Amino acid sequence: MMTAIENTEEIRILAPTGVCGSGFPEQSFEIGLAQRPHFIGCDAGSTDPGPEYLGTGRTAFPAQAIRRDLRLMLLGARRLGIPLLIGSCGTAGADVQVGTVRDWLLDIAREENLHFQLATIRSEQSKAYLTERLAQGRIQALDPAPILDAQVIERSAHIVAMMGAEPFIRALEEGADVVLTGRASDTAIFAAVPLMHGFAAGLAWHAAKILECGAGAVVHRKRPDCMFAWLRKDHFIVQAPNPDLRCTPQSIASHALYENADPFHLVECSGTLDLSESRYEAVDSRTVRVSGSRFSPAERYTVKLEGAELAGFQSVLIGSIRDPYILGQLGEWLGRLRVNIAERIRMVFDESLDGQWDLGIRVYGRDGTMGPLEPLRDKLPHEVCLVFELTAPSQDLARSLAGITRHQALHLPIEKWSGLITAIALPYNALDRGPVYRFNMNHVVLPDDPYEMVRISMETVGDAR
Amino acid sequence: MTALANLANLIRSKNAGPFVLTLDIMFEDEARYRRVRDCGVITTDLIATLYRLPATQVRLFFCDAALAIKVSIPRPVAQGGVGDSDGHGGQQYAPLLAIEVP
Repeated sequence: MMTAIENTEEIRILAPTGVCGSGFPEQSFEIGLAQRPHFIGCDAGSTDPGPEYLGTGRTAFPAQAIRRDLRLMLLGARRLGIPLLIGSCGTAGADVQVGTVRDWLLDIAREENLHFQLATIRSEQSKAYLTERLAQGRIQALDPAPILDAQVIERSAHIVAMMGAEPFIRALEEGADVVLTGRASDTAIFAAVPLMHGFAAGLAWHAAKILECGAGAVVHRKRPDCMFAWLRKDHFIVQAPNPDLRCTPQSIASHALYENADPFHLVECSGTLDLSESRYEAVDSRTVRVSGSRFSPAERYTVKLEGAELAGFQSVLIGSIRDPYILGQLGEWLGRLRVNIAERIRMVFDESLDGQWDLGIRVYGRDGTMGPLEPLRDKLPHEVCLVFELTAPSQDLARSLAGITRHQALHLPIEKWSGLITAIALPYNALDRGPVYRFNMNHVVLPDDPYEMVRISMETVGDAR
Repeated sequence: MTALANLANLIRSKNAGPFVLTLDIMFEDEARYRRVRDCGVITTDLIATLYRLPATQVRLFFCDAALAIKVSIPRPVAQGGVGDSDGHGGQQYAPLLAIEVP
């Protein structure tokens, strides 16, 4: 059962780290526990590592790293008898990833002989449900967004819904000690308990925004570390448990900028956090007091979708050019190379492959990082690294196209030299990257209620005492 | 005149979700922040030119409490899609460094 919060004037919150699996020092965690938190929260996912994880269902951090953090958090939470809330399990929060993390948690519980009520909240969406909501006009595009139609839904490998605080609250009300969820708003993990106890929504969501990154909001974070907050009726206090870390009014205010398009307004399922009137004051050299944050409830509850679909299979060829005469006409040389590769592919595979494959060429040393936005792309480097990416409907085909690319690039002549040249240095032959995915939606659903898109299941772990 | 990189203590870029790129220009002291904020050089038009976008797609914010200027623009390619060069969007701030500030 959820431990009763004995003093409703204050809720104390421990955030061990920004992502479960990125690690945190045990000493900091112990200091945090000694400050008697009412719950421990941790985000375990993000779109940051790219569409591959939503596409494949794998986890971005290694199993050992996730299990290490899970074990420490679970042991800490059970020792104090407080809830542990973990959102966006397994990187993308797809059902398969929630299942993986649940299995690891159950292993740890068995090894450590722990007993508790576990709630698992899944938020992967069925294609039939989304197709129906789309037809009803109850899926809306955010800005910017790719086109979403029934075919996009059908092609998707996985589609998850980013749940708000309400499903966490329901699981806690049903007696959960540990809550593992599919894709969730990072902030919902930390806002749920304060909202459940009637704390001001603006302060609850703002504290959550800071906590969800662990020690990300300190002045100089050396490595992933813990953060702690004391949420009260008209303000909250934040401090990193590690005594070497400092929060300053500027560092906390700046954190609202991180990975966020609008630094003053953060949109959640149930409304918008408004930081335009927030005040940040130093309590001491490493502690900050925040007040004035507001929350405007939305007219309609919205739930954001994340989807990924297969873009194809890829083979990658890496090479370099040192010859200054080729470098002096690189754009033209690459243009001729593209034409020759396309002609050769048509010769080998006939026209049936037209439009089925893609060749991307990155030129590191010229504009590999910024592409057409590179301000210095006309500056002649002394060497460049070329990365050729061949994308095709199968790995075998991608590998074949990379073989053709390799041979065409090796011997493409320039006028300066007569005779057969070898124009590109290849450290090794093409590498198979496997399936590659793309994010294919930036949309919200208008459900009937906050629970329509989640499935909560409760279970007793260990013997029921 | 001096380059923006000489006045800011952090210039960075990062994804704000898979479809938006966000740029932060952060200052250590209020005087430098105000100098840049008030000089009128950092505008949606300037960012639009540097990042080759219509100015209507540029969102520009001055954050006094954070001593920071923030710019958000659509990503040229969705994060991790075929052709994307920078999955975290972390190295897209170079065009800001040399902005001349009076």
